[in-house]
Amino acid sequence: MSLVGHQAPPIFRRGPTPLVRLIVFVSICLAMMVADIKYRYVDVLRQGLSVVTYPLQMAAAAPADVVLNASRYFATLLEVQLENADLRRQLLEAAQSLLRFEHLQRENEELRGLVGMAQRVPVISVSAEILYNAPDPFTRKVILNRGAQHGIQPGLAVVDAHGVIGQVTRVYPVQADVTLLTDKNQAIPVEVARNGLRGVLFGTGQGQLEMRFVLVGADIRAGDTLLTSGLDGVFLPGLPVATVSSVEREGQAFASIACEPAAGIERSVQVLVLGRQELPPPPPVPGAAGSSGGR
Amino acid sequence: MQPTNRSRRILLPVKLWFIWFSLIVALGLNFVPTGRLPAVPDFVALVLAFWCIREPLRIGMGSAFVFGLLVDIGHGAAMGQHALSYVVLVYLASALSRRMLWFPPLLQALHLLPVLLLAQALMVLARLLAGAEFPGWWYFLSSFSGAALWTPLTFLLLLPQYQPVDRDDNRPI
Repeated sequence: MSLVGHQAPPIFRRGPTPLVRLIVFVSICLAMMVADIKYRYVDVLRQGLSVVTYPLQMAAAAPADVVLNASRYFATLLEVQLENADLRRQLLEAAQSLLRFEHLQRENEELRGLVGMAQRVPVISVSAEILYNAPDPFTRKVILNRGAQHGIQPGLAVVDAHGVIGQVTRVYPVQADVTLLTDKNQAIPVEVARNGLRGVLFGTGQGQLEMRFVLVGADIRAGDTLLTSGLDGVFLPGLPVATVSSVEREGQAFASIACEPAAGIERSVQVLVLGRQELPPPPPVPGAAGSSGGR
Repeated sequence: MQPTNRSRRILLPVKLWFIWFSLIVALGLNFVPTGRLPAVPDFVALVLAFWCIREPLRIGMGSAFVFGLLVDIGHGAAMGQHALSYVVLVYLASALSRRMLWFPPLLQALHLLPVLLLAQALMVLARLLAGAEFPGWWYFLSSFSGAALWTPLTFLLLLPQYQPVDRDDNRPI
């Protein structure tokens, strides 16, 4: 009797041994992690698979959203009326400063035209909502409900009503990851509003910010407001970022400056994604010696 | 006296769709945004370990790898981070499976706890080497809560297999 064409029963057909398979899979995983963290090679795979996970994510986020916002559904009429009055007042104030702003902008354009300077680059702005904090405990990220389809690009700044909260680091078709300023690998170039002193602000990973590479003798003190300097060519200049909470000038060449973020970085819900229309070519690479973020 | 395999009642064969269904439900549970709440168990890791102990021929490192990638994307983590941890978890769980099934669920959970901790430690190690911040010791609490969930999970996942095909008074199982 010939056995040609008969397959061996499955018990004898287990393929490579478990240890071999383990080694193969582990090396694939390690290679992928390196490719992702250092070089961003697997973003295409990530975006492809995100199409599969997106409906599940939405389905999972819905009940949590209901639980978190339950208080809003049961808000009393009085509270709503108070809030409404407050918002009207804020709108009036904002409208006034907007009128002045438009006037100033026209004046600015005319003056720039007179002096012969280049006009300011046009600005992208997309309003978005923070869906949830990314559960990855190793970084500080949030997920936005707007993505490439709404015109969001990697590198744009994300601001709330009080200041910058972070930078878009990864864009999916209908979602985007924002790395918060408090992330350990996020940096943003700033200047002191009072005297224009420049520096770079880094996250510390514990909800605080730290301004590095400022000489001990520099004119900076607690209470100073830090604005984006716009030198990176990514962030718009003049957005409030943080206030200096303490300055220590002992020992080394550089002062150690602790700062408090201006925006409700880990609490805000409604945000605006802002950026210049033409971004410089190199995208930010995370983990590259602490120079990831604002450039 | 022969030792009795205390965790093995006579069960119906498992349905393949139920395995995948439970894995997808676990994936959905993993995606529930809990913020930075400590001690949220990793449901996908638990369900993967469960099926790989019960059905080592159906669930192996391949499925662990795929589900790890899906969790990575949902969590915004580095690609391959959960995949690495799940592959190692499934390898160790299948190595332990012949032994674990001789114990009642509580002792099985004790077997599983070091495996879950090791899988998490691997993830932390990989990310720390890549320069991430240390998430704090509370991060490892999720292994303990996962081990505590093992008994109810065993009952829940075996429920479809407890049902008799047709009830027979002369031959109760």
